[in-house]
Amino acid sequence: MNAIIRQLTGLRDWVDERFPLTKWWNDHLGQYYAPKNFNFWYFFGALSLVVFGLQIVTGIWLVMSYKPDADMAFASVEYIMRDVDWGWLIRYLHSTGASAFFIVIYLHMFRALLYGSYRKPRELLWILGMLLYLSLMAEAFTGYLLPWGQMSFWGAQVIISLFGAIPFVGEGLSTLIRGDYVVSDITLNRFFSLHVVALPLALVGLVFFHIIALHEVGSNNPDGIEIKKHKDANGKPLDGIPFHPYYTLKDSVGIVVFLMLFSVAVFFAPEMGGYFLEANNFIPADSMKTPEHIAPVWYFTPFYSILRANTVNFLWLDAKLWGVIFMGMGVMILFLLPWLDRSPVKSIRYRGVLYKSALGIFVVSFLILGYLGVLPVTEMRTAVAQICTVLYFLFFLLMPIYTKLDKTKPVPDRVTM
Amino acid sequence: MHRLLLAAIIGVLAPLSFANTPGAPELLNANVDLSDQAGLQNGAKLFVNYCVSCHSASFMRYNRIAADLGIPEDKVAQSMMFTTDKIGDTMTVAMKREDAETWFGIPPPDLSVIARARGADWIYSFLQGFYIDESRPTGMNNLYLPGAAMPHVLWELQGLKQPVFHTQTDELGKDRQVISHLEQATPGLLTEVDYKKNLRDLVSFLVYLGEPAKLVRYRVGVWVLLFLSVLLVAVYLLKREYWKDVH
Repeated sequence: MNAIIRQLTGLRDWVDERFPLTKWWNDHLGQYYAPKNFNFWYFFGALSLVVFGLQIVTGIWLVMSYKPDADMAFASVEYIMRDVDWGWLIRYLHSTGASAFFIVIYLHMFRALLYGSYRKPRELLWILGMLLYLSLMAEAFTGYLLPWGQMSFWGAQVIISLFGAIPFVGEGLSTLIRGDYVVSDITLNRFFSLHVVALPLALVGLVFFHIIALHEVGSNNPDGIEIKKHKDANGKPLDGIPFHPYYTLKDSVGIVVFLMLFSVAVFFAPEMGGYFLEANNFIPADSMKTPEHIAPVWYFTPFYSILRANTVNFLWLDAKLWGVIFMGMGVMILFLLPWLDRSPVKSIRYRGVLYKSALGIFVVSFLILGYLGVLPVTEMRTAVAQICTVLYFLFFLLMPIYTKLDKTKPVPDRVTM
Repeated sequence: MHRLLLAAIIGVLAPLSFANTPGAPELLNANVDLSDQAGLQNGAKLFVNYCVSCHSASFMRYNRIAADLGIPEDKVAQSMMFTTDKIGDTMTVAMKREDAETWFGIPPPDLSVIARARGADWIYSFLQGFYIDESRPTGMNNLYLPGAAMPHVLWELQGLKQPVFHTQTDELGKDRQVISHLEQATPGLLTEVDYKKNLRDLVSFLVYLGEPAKLVRYRVGVWVLLFLSVLLVAVYLLKREYWKDVH
């Protein structure tokens, strides 16, 4: 036994002389000090990493049997579902994983809103996270075309044609994205390439930078104060604990609970009543037959609602272009969050009633927008969507004012458990 | 405060959620039962006898049906395979696509995943929705798919139904004739109860056909959840042990 350990230690030392293995381990796990007061909301970073890994692994196996060809794609997915050993499981893990990814990412982002995790010095960390979110949206959008069902086809058709609303370059731009005048085999092939090579590469790179940036500035915490202000004689933060083993173990508990919920969806409700897998997507893509009701998958519906809420032509631009502009701004405005927030405190624990109400109204409008996005439009729904769109943007545009006026509470010196 | 907020949200959302298409009759409940193997076998028999002459199920292999539904392969070969003699082949049709298009206007869709696209209840209702309508080329129309191109293939079993109309005043104050229900015009080989029982078997088979993995998916899921529950206890105890030092 001792001999084996001696040999392994020898091997580690041999590697350490040639590669910073122990140094990396210590920098990012063994001696990375994280605040000891992380709560429920701090599970979702690790969980998104787990889902990302799951998507990569199941994706690799799906590509082994999937055929990116307009004549064969739909059939190859059914081939995976029936003829490939455990193919149905691999496919459901991947399709459920897509929705799970957005659930954990939205909760991860909401955590940042709760505790001001985007504030100085974490602006760049937030921007890298936003770039990850954008890449994830592109990844989901390109992936959704691949099963080549009716919703894949018409969803892509609708979203790509939105670019056509941009003056002068719009039409050319949508043709450039499709590689054709309609969504076709060429589109399917390039989306496949983007989905399995380009975007995953971008995601891996951004995840790496996101974590490096996090470990440079250190983690925020539910009190929104810096643990680096109080260090012991050895330079370790007094309120910090090593990520490993404390948070690796705590996150493991979270991961197992997540996997249980995830398994319930995968094994007992993989369609999730049409929200994860839409019924219309079990009809092969048909360019001659437009479905009655085209709705994007749930994770895009808040922004889709904002798009549809714009029904008035003004300032020489037509409603469709305004819709595209507002939809784009709806996502992009999140980038500005670190500079819009002027509150002297970070965490919601010490903020006043103004921010709390604003955040509440924002979350409710976002959820209503998401709900409306899956339904066909009616006059009444459009009116509600318009109100919610205004509220959505007011959260950001008025933020410099209400965060400054807000009556905040005094912040503690040390973290509270 | 929370209750007030909840009430406000529900108040806003409730009027938004009515998404029914006006005029479409409510679907009947198919009560699909995948654990009834004899029912699934009966459904398979009905499927090959009444559906596969026009509709393919080109993602489904005969030997898979044999294995999943507990039917010996030679019996499947004898009584189910009309277009091929290879047990590993998929369920294709002899009818050419172009012919089908000339005869019916549209080629009959592949039925492999129809239950996932339309839903079991819709198919169950559709197959009970045929009624006599001389204005249609097939002489039949359908309550759930007006102008359906498909003839009433199961008419021998169900018999023919005719519509009973009643007068309804629409919002413009005009009187219109609408179908209130269907009544038996000529008797079929089966009683209404038996017809429904057979349809239920057929629809259950279509649900199985749409996703053969459904027969094992739930069972695997239970084992996975059991394993994860045990793992959760172990991981939680380990975490608690380590976190004893954190104050």
